[in-house]
Amino acid sequence: MSEALLEVRDLEVYFPIKKGVLKKTTGNVKAVNGLNLSVNKGETLGIVGESGCGKSTLARTILGLEKPTSGDILIEGESILNYSAKQMHRLRRDVQMVFQDPFTSLNPRMKVSEIIAAPLKAYKMTDNIEQRVKELMDLVGLKPEYHDRLPHEFSGGQRQRIGIARAIALKPKLIVCDEPVSALDVSVQAQVINLFEDLQKELDLTYVFIAHDLSVIKHIADKVSVMYLGKMMERSDSESFYNHAQHPYTNALLSAIPLPDPGKEKTRERIVLKGELPSPANPPTGCVFHTRCPIARDYCKENTPQLERKGNEEHEVACFFPIEKGMVEAGSENLLR
Amino acid sequence: MLEVKNLKVHLDTASGIVKAVDGVSFHVKAGETVGIVGESGSGKSVLAHSLMQLNPVPPATYPQGEIIFENRNLLDLKEKELRKIRGNEIAMIFQDPMSSLNPVFKIGNQLMEAIRTHQSMSRQNAEEKALELLKDVGIPDPKSRLNDYPHQFSGGMRQRVLIAIALACQPKLLIADEPTTALDVTIQAQILELMKDIQKKYGTAIIIITHDLGVVAQLADRVLVMYSGRIVEEGITGDIFYHTSMPYTWSLLRSLPRLDSDIHQRLKSIQGQPPNLVDPPKGCNFSPRCPFVTEQCLEVDPSLVDRGNGHRAACILSESEYEERKHEIQDIEREGVEQ
Repeated sequence: MSEALLEVRDLEVYFPIKKGVLKKTTGNVKAVNGLNLSVNKGETLGIVGESGCGKSTLARTILGLEKPTSGDILIEGESILNYSAKQMHRLRRDVQMVFQDPFTSLNPRMKVSEIIAAPLKAYKMTDNIEQRVKELMDLVGLKPEYHDRLPHEFSGGQRQRIGIARAIALKPKLIVCDEPVSALDVSVQAQVINLFEDLQKELDLTYVFIAHDLSVIKHIADKVSVMYLGKMMERSDSESFYNHAQHPYTNALLSAIPLPDPGKEKTRERIVLKGELPSPANPPTGCVFHTRCPIARDYCKENTPQLERKGNEEHEVACFFPIEKGMVEAGSENLLR
Repeated sequence: MLEVKNLKVHLDTASGIVKAVDGVSFHVKAGETVGIVGESGSGKSVLAHSLMQLNPVPPATYPQGEIIFENRNLLDLKEKELRKIRGNEIAMIFQDPMSSLNPVFKIGNQLMEAIRTHQSMSRQNAEEKALELLKDVGIPDPKSRLNDYPHQFSGGMRQRVLIAIALACQPKLLIADEPTTALDVTIQAQILELMKDIQKKYGTAIIIITHDLGVVAQLADRVLVMYSGRIVEEGITGDIFYHTSMPYTWSLLRSLPRLDSDIHQRLKSIQGQPPNLVDPPKGCNFSPRCPFVTEQCLEVDPSLVDRGNGHRAACILSESEYEERKHEIQDIEREGVEQ
C-alpha cells in the first residue's frame, strides 16, 4: 500500500447551470476538471491559484462537503465517496478544516471553551473535557483566562487560534486549511503561520494548505501545486518549484507578487498577464491558459497539454513550451510585454 | 500642494472615544506618490477619508488640525465649496470596486456624470471624453462597453472604470484606498502598472493606502508608516526599507512572508495584537509588542524625531541606541538558533 494519506484521482466537480421554468441543465461550471494529487503523512501540500480556479471546491470535496461528478478520493488508501453516514462521521474525526474567515466560522453565542469542546462532545470524549480544553488553549497560545470569553472579544489572529484549537481537538490526521491567514493583519500572519508549523511537528499533522499567496506557501509547504480553471498547471516539491518554475502561468504569478524591497522592485523583470480569468462554464479549448499566455502558439489552442515530468523527478508541468531557467530574469522579449 | 498639520479625528462610539487619527502631520508634493502603510485599525483609511471629509459626522469629529490644500484649509470650507474640490481637484478610488459604482446606471452615464458635474460640456463632448478615458485605463472595446452596467464587468475592469472616473477632471491629487486588496495578484499587477502609467501621463500626485509593503515598495516615492492612529515613521522609500529606524517598521518588515527568502524559513513574528484604540497603552503605543522596549517606553509617549533627509521616526531610542539594541536582538536570535 502507498504511504499517501490523501489521494485524489481524476477528480471532476461540475456544478450544473439551470435555466428556464423547467430548470433544464444548459451547461456545467467545471470547478474542478480532472485533478490528481497525493499527500504523504506529515507533509504540507500547498495549493495555489487565483479566485475562481477551483481551490476551495477542491477543499470542500476532500471533506465530503461537495459531491464529485467523477473521480475518487482516498484517505489512507480507502475510497471515501461511498461512505455511509456512520463511516463519514468516523472520518470527520481524522479530517478537519480551518476556514478563511475567523469572524464567520465561530458561533458568536458560544464561549471559547464551548467552541473548543464541541468536537470532543460530538465524539463523546466527555471525560476530562475541561483539562483537554485547557491543554488545547495552551497549545495554540490562548491564555487560560480567555476560557469564558465570546468570539467578538477577540481580534482576528486570536479567533483563528480558536479555530485551530477546534480543528486539532480530535487529534486529526489531516487538516485542510482554506486561506487561513489571508484575512489576518500583516503583523499577526507570521504568528499564525509559525503556529501551524509548530503544531505540525508536535502533533504529526498533515496539511493541505490553500492560499493565493505564493510567498506564504514558500514558508510552509513541502510540495506545491498550481491550479488554473480547475486544472493542475504545475506541481513539484518546493525546492525545485521555487528554484525553477516552468509553467508560464506560475512564472507570471511569481512575478506579480510585489517584493517588499524597493531596490529589487525597480530592476525586476515582470510578466504582466493580459486579460482576465475566462469563465469556468466555458473554458478555452486546448490549453486552458492559452488566452492569457504570453508565449502561446497556435498549437496550444488545439491541443491539451497533460502533466508531464520535466527535469526533476517530482516536478511535473502541463505545458508544451515550458520556460527554461533564467528566461524571465534575462527578460526574454517574447515573454515580457 | 497638500499639507496636513496635527490632524486629529475622533470617533464617538458606544464604548468610548476612539482616537482614530491622533495628531498626524505630513505633506504631499505635486506629482509625487506617497504610500501610507498600516494594519487594519491603524487609522489609515479614516485619515484618507478625512482628507475629503468623507467620514460620516457623527460619529467622526475633527477636534484639532488643518488640512491645507492649495492655500485653503479644507476643514473650514462649506459643503458646497467642498463639492467643487471632491472629484475635481482631489479624486478617490476605493477598495471595493463593486460597491463604489451605482449598479443601476450604465458605466458611460456614470463617467459622463463625473465629467459634466465639474465641467460645462455638451453630452456629445462628454461622451467622447468618456471614451477616451476608458481607452486610457485599458478597457478593451471601450465604445460598446460604455453601454454596459457594472455587473457586466469583472473586479479588475471595475477598478479600471473607477480609475477612469477619478481621472475624469484631471485631479491634482488621487487618493487610492487599498485599490488592489480585493483583486487577484495577476490583476493587481495590471492595476499597479496602470497607476504608474497614469501618473506619467497626467502628472497626478497619488496617495496610496495599503497594508502591503510590497505594493508600497513598487509604487511610492515616500512612505508613511501608521500604527494606532499615529505616524510612527516617515521617509523616502529607500530609507524606510533599508535604513529603518523604528522598531515597529523593523519588526513588520522582518515578519513578512517573502518570496525572496529561503524555503521553509521560519518567520520572525511580532508578539501580541494591535492595541485597542479606546484604551491605548500608556507610554508608547507599540511598547507592549516592542522587542526594543525599555522601562522608559512605558512612561514616555515618543514624538516624531528628525533623523535627517526627511526621515522621521517616533522612538525614544537615539540612532546609536537603536542600532545597538538591534544588534543585541539579532545576536540573541542567532544563539537561539545555534543551540
